[in-house]
Amino acid sequence: MLLETLGWQSLVILVVFGVSLLIATYCTYAERVIAAFLQDRVGPDRAGPFGLAQPLADAVKLFTKEEFFPSGANKALFIFGPCLAMVTALMSSAVIPFGSFLKFGTTIVHLQGIEINVGMLYVFGIVSLGVYGVMIGGWASNNKFSLLGAIRAASQNISYELAMGLALIAVLMMSGSLSLRDITLQQSVPGEWHFWNIVKQPLGFIIFIVCAFAETNRTPFDLPECETELVAGYHTEYSSMKMGLYLFAEYVNVFVASAVMSVIYFGGFNFPFQYELREWLHSSRGLSLDAAQNIVAILGVVSVFAKIFLFIFFFMWVRWTLPRFRYDQLMRLGWTILIPLAIFNILLTGGLITTGIIPEIKQWW
Amino acid sequence: MSLFLFLSFVALLSALGVVLAKNPVHSVLFLILTFFTLSAHYLLLNAQFLAVVNIIVYAGAIMVLFLFVIMFLNLNEDTEPHKPALAKIAATIAGGSLLLIMVAALRNVHPAGYDPATFDSQIGMVDRLGMVLFKQYSLPFELASILLLAAMVGSVMLGKRETGERNF
Repeated sequence: MLLETLGWQSLVILVVFGVSLLIATYCTYAERVIAAFLQDRVGPDRAGPFGLAQPLADAVKLFTKEEFFPSGANKALFIFGPCLAMVTALMSSAVIPFGSFLKFGTTIVHLQGIEINVGMLYVFGIVSLGVYGVMIGGWASNNKFSLLGAIRAASQNISYELAMGLALIAVLMMSGSLSLRDITLQQSVPGEWHFWNIVKQPLGFIIFIVCAFAETNRTPFDLPECETELVAGYHTEYSSMKMGLYLFAEYVNVFVASAVMSVIYFGGFNFPFQYELREWLHSSRGLSLDAAQNIVAILGVVSVFAKIFLFIFFFMWVRWTLPRFRYDQLMRLGWTILIPLAIFNILLTGGLITTGIIPEIKQWW
Repeated sequence: MSLFLFLSFVALLSALGVVLAKNPVHSVLFLILTFFTLSAHYLLLNAQFLAVVNIIVYAGAIMVLFLFVIMFLNLNEDTEPHKPALAKIAATIAGGSLLLIMVAALRNVHPAGYDPATFDSQIGMVDRLGMVLFKQYSLPFELASILLLAAMVGSVMLGKRETGERNF
């Protein structure tokens, strides 16, 4: 019994890992298609139907390129940097709940890599480690542009982590739990009109999404690789697949940030009328309770991925629309606007909870 | 038990690496590894909150600043100043006496162990920790938070732009 559950769980973990990589792969394709769409071009359409084999062609190109080590580089750390960037990017998708649960007889399979009761802090901790890959790679390159990029990345990540954490604290005050599964389940109560967290935390969400852009080094905050000032920033000296790993890690980070946002603020795997649908499938269509639950759970997975894809599209939309910030503007935005706003948001949330405008959370599950 | 031994082995090895590495950047990376093994020890003790907070605060923030400063200073073996012999001898004596005191203090300690009947496996969980912090130790907790607030205000004051100063 336990062994069977463990087997299912390891399958889920493998699928989560594979899906993270697959989505990151096709993000490279989506980025080009969206860029082409926004700039009124055709975009990649040569490799395969609609250019769908483009990521494979890119991978072949990257693998067959010359691997280059700059003179005076710290060789071990030069290799270690991109690996670390990739590992830290992939680690955080482990705790994200992609669906409620499937039930086969007595076996219950939770559609989540692992459930830990400090899930949100875990994601936050992994995000704060993400900067090491960039810093180590940039320093080990023995190039002043790389070093400047690495140092920019470090200070930017530290600055925006603060505002991000403070924005999350407001959510925690409402949820009373650090577990991402609990936070998801709280956003939808059976038989009641219930809102997602975005309605209760609009300010917190805006702060969070701005910080997510900064943490993933996406435009308008891609100062660490600002090519007009720093050639290519921390990956100036990288070539071949090591460069590919850095680019890939960025897309995995975008995927994870989108997943975290849809789980915390947009109800995760909840979708409107899910309990009514389950009831209807059970009573009117004559399905067993388990089968109805499984169908609703699969629709939940579809809904969470729809939200994730929407956010990924938003990331790309912003990238091809907004110009880059100047570095002092970036720092001023982080320290003097976002952090005070986040503290104000905490006070506001506290006030709304004590006055009872935000209702108390029910542990209904 | 074997996991504990393995983690302790890695922890000691990486702690030795911090001291013995010639390159300061390597030292910092070994120190980060040490923090990770410490977090793993907390996990073995079922203190998940402490484990993750240790990673966020030490590995995620403080060590990034360490690395930041060391990368800026561009320290390496060639530029390292030669330390006088007296300083080396003094450091050895100081470190050795600290070791001696710790061994002497811990020599006769018997680990208390735990009673399975009364042991609470949930003691390290975040809700339990919050209850203890905010009920039993609320005054020290608030004092510590005022201290941190004062430090934060101080750093903001230091970083504040002087009147008439323009960077751009």
